[in-house]
Amino acid sequence: MTQDPFTDSNSSKKPQSKISPLTSFLRVTEIDTRLAGMAGALLLIWLGFHYYGLFVNGMGAFLTPRNLWNLSVQTSSIGIMATGMVLVIVTRNIDLSVGALVGVTAMMMGILQVEVLPQYLGLGHPAIWVITVIVGLIAGAIIGALHGWLIAYCRIPAFIVTLGGLLIWRGMAFISAGGKTISPVDQTFALLGGGPYGAIGAWGSWVVGLIACAGVLWMMQSGRAQRVKHDFPLRPMWAEVLLAAIGCGTIIGSVLLVNAYPLPKGIIKAMAAANNTIVPPEGIFISHGFAIPVLILISVGVLMTILLTRTRFGRYVFAIGGNPEAASLAGINTRWMTLKIFSLMGMLAGLAGAVASARLNSATNALGLLDELYVIAAAVIGGTSLAGGIGTIYGAILGALVMQSLQTGMVLIGFDTAIQQIVVGIVLVLAVYLDNLYRSKSK
Amino acid sequence: MTRTTNTPLVEMRDISISFGGIKAVDHVTVNLFAGEVVGLLGHNGAGKSTLIKCLSGAYRPDHGQVFIDGQKVTINNPRDARAQNIETIYQTLALADNLNAAANLFLGRELINSAGLLDEAQMEAETRKIMARLNPNFRKFNVPVSALSGGQRQSVAIARAVYFNAKILIMDEPTAALGPQETQMVAELIEELKKQGLGIFLIEHDIHNVMKLCDRASVMKNGQLVGTVDVDKVTDDEILGMIIMGKQSNQGV
Repeated sequence: MTQDPFTDSNSSKKPQSKISPLTSFLRVTEIDTRLAGMAGALLLIWLGFHYYGLFVNGMGAFLTPRNLWNLSVQTSSIGIMATGMVLVIVTRNIDLSVGALVGVTAMMMGILQVEVLPQYLGLGHPAIWVITVIVGLIAGAIIGALHGWLIAYCRIPAFIVTLGGLLIWRGMAFISAGGKTISPVDQTFALLGGGPYGAIGAWGSWVVGLIACAGVLWMMQSGRAQRVKHDFPLRPMWAEVLLAAIGCGTIIGSVLLVNAYPLPKGIIKAMAAANNTIVPPEGIFISHGFAIPVLILISVGVLMTILLTRTRFGRYVFAIGGNPEAASLAGINTRWMTLKIFSLMGMLAGLAGAVASARLNSATNALGLLDELYVIAAAVIGGTSLAGGIGTIYGAILGALVMQSLQTGMVLIGFDTAIQQIVVGIVLVLAVYLDNLYRSKSK
Repeated sequence: MTRTTNTPLVEMRDISISFGGIKAVDHVTVNLFAGEVVGLLGHNGAGKSTLIKCLSGAYRPDHGQVFIDGQKVTINNPRDARAQNIETIYQTLALADNLNAAANLFLGRELINSAGLLDEAQMEAETRKIMARLNPNFRKFNVPVSALSGGQRQSVAIARAVYFNAKILIMDEPTAALGPQETQMVAELIEELKKQGLGIFLIEHDIHNVMKLCDRASVMKNGQLVGTVDVDKVTDDEILGMIIMGKQSNQGV
């Protein structure tokens, strides 16, 4: 087959009369403009908060390793659920129950690891956290599957089923422990929530960073090999190098960032005491490194991206969102798909419940309250269309990061809760409006 | 008309289906031989599309049997129909607008690589191959099909039916949304597929297309079969009479 003359890399490098240099640059590098736009918006928010703090309060607290590290941890639980919400919304459904699922699964896990398992295994047994997390994930998956079954097979609208679920599971979370707070959680389990101990340190972060860089390079290389094999148009070499540099630069930059945030002095003293060594008077610099919940979020993001873009399951999710009738005429079992999608959403809510309760070191019946709104907002800010058929995992994670950045930022510069809510609400509406503009322009 | 065997490729025998007490299809028997185009005619709501959906697996008939090559088959869903090499081009085209041409062409039958993941590149290459044959001007491989023109969308829907070695093709008003040039393209394609020995059920409203493209025509009215005629032996007016009056023609039965 001959190459398409309109997209041949040689011809597209030539400056064309009507196309601006920026447009042709974006076309040649095939950079996702929506991703670039979101990254730019995020950067603006960060700079805005930092310099507002610097000029008004005399202290820019936002762009510090400490704040950005905390931001990454705070984003984890919403981000994990937002990846699942993308699938739900893409298939033209909604799940209002995820916050209540966080509450009920966290409570189940709390009771299991604090009151049940230690009786049989002994306090602090290394298997406790594994069993607890697995039970939490399964419980979430079963509840999600129940919602999916009611929606797909009993034809009750998702809005109603999950609105009912919101009330039911929040009530269950309260009843299961009689309204008590379960605390403290298992020591190993607590690492899932981050904190000074729940981070992998400088060396671990470098290993993760280098593996991620290798992954980026491998993906670009195999993508290019596929294009060569089928004679598809190639990106010019300089564009490949630029993209690889941006990808690896971002990864290495975040490794440097998390490694620049030292453990607090008190923790280092306690560690030294545990190892029978003495801290020198000038102190020791021990890095936090990536927090474990952040690594969980990144792993979930990668797996969900593969699931959504590279498997039949993901293809069917988009097909159902684009045209449910066509999907079913193509032999796709749309009901079974709906059940599986809600079950997956439930499982991710269970995982988010584990992370959130570990971070708090306790399970309370109010855990995850209003999370459903933040999760839906994150997915929608990240470009998931409520009309169905459109959405990305990275968008939802970035959306969660935007939401969390706004909240953290406003706390840092001293805005009170009422103002925070107003700003978040405005941003949500504005983001969807801008997204509509972007879509109608790119058509 | 040349019929190599006496066994029809498809026989739908005594099919009935009703929705909420209304008989959409009422004891209808039609058949189709290899290398033949049978037109299904009738007013809107005559039951043509419903009848054909019993063959494509979208509906399950309340009564009646389907035979393929003389063998009784059970078609419970679109997958069963596809397994019998029955392909359908729906009036609505049944495309997922948010997916590109290759994703639509392989929808439900995606190619996967050794790791069990979608083989996008292979699917795009196959799509480029078949589109080069059907619609050589087609260039928009990497955009959602919502960005395509009516004719381009139609060629994606046709490519999907042709690519998987259909034996039996069902076309529900394939030219309804097309301009004259594209209609001609579809007509040529039908001729070519006929030569290859496919059997084609063609639902069509335009009587000229029926006279030009079909070998036989089965006319339906109010869910019942009025009759089946050899197109060569009747005039336009006689077929129109059958459609409008529900009157069996004397010739060409």
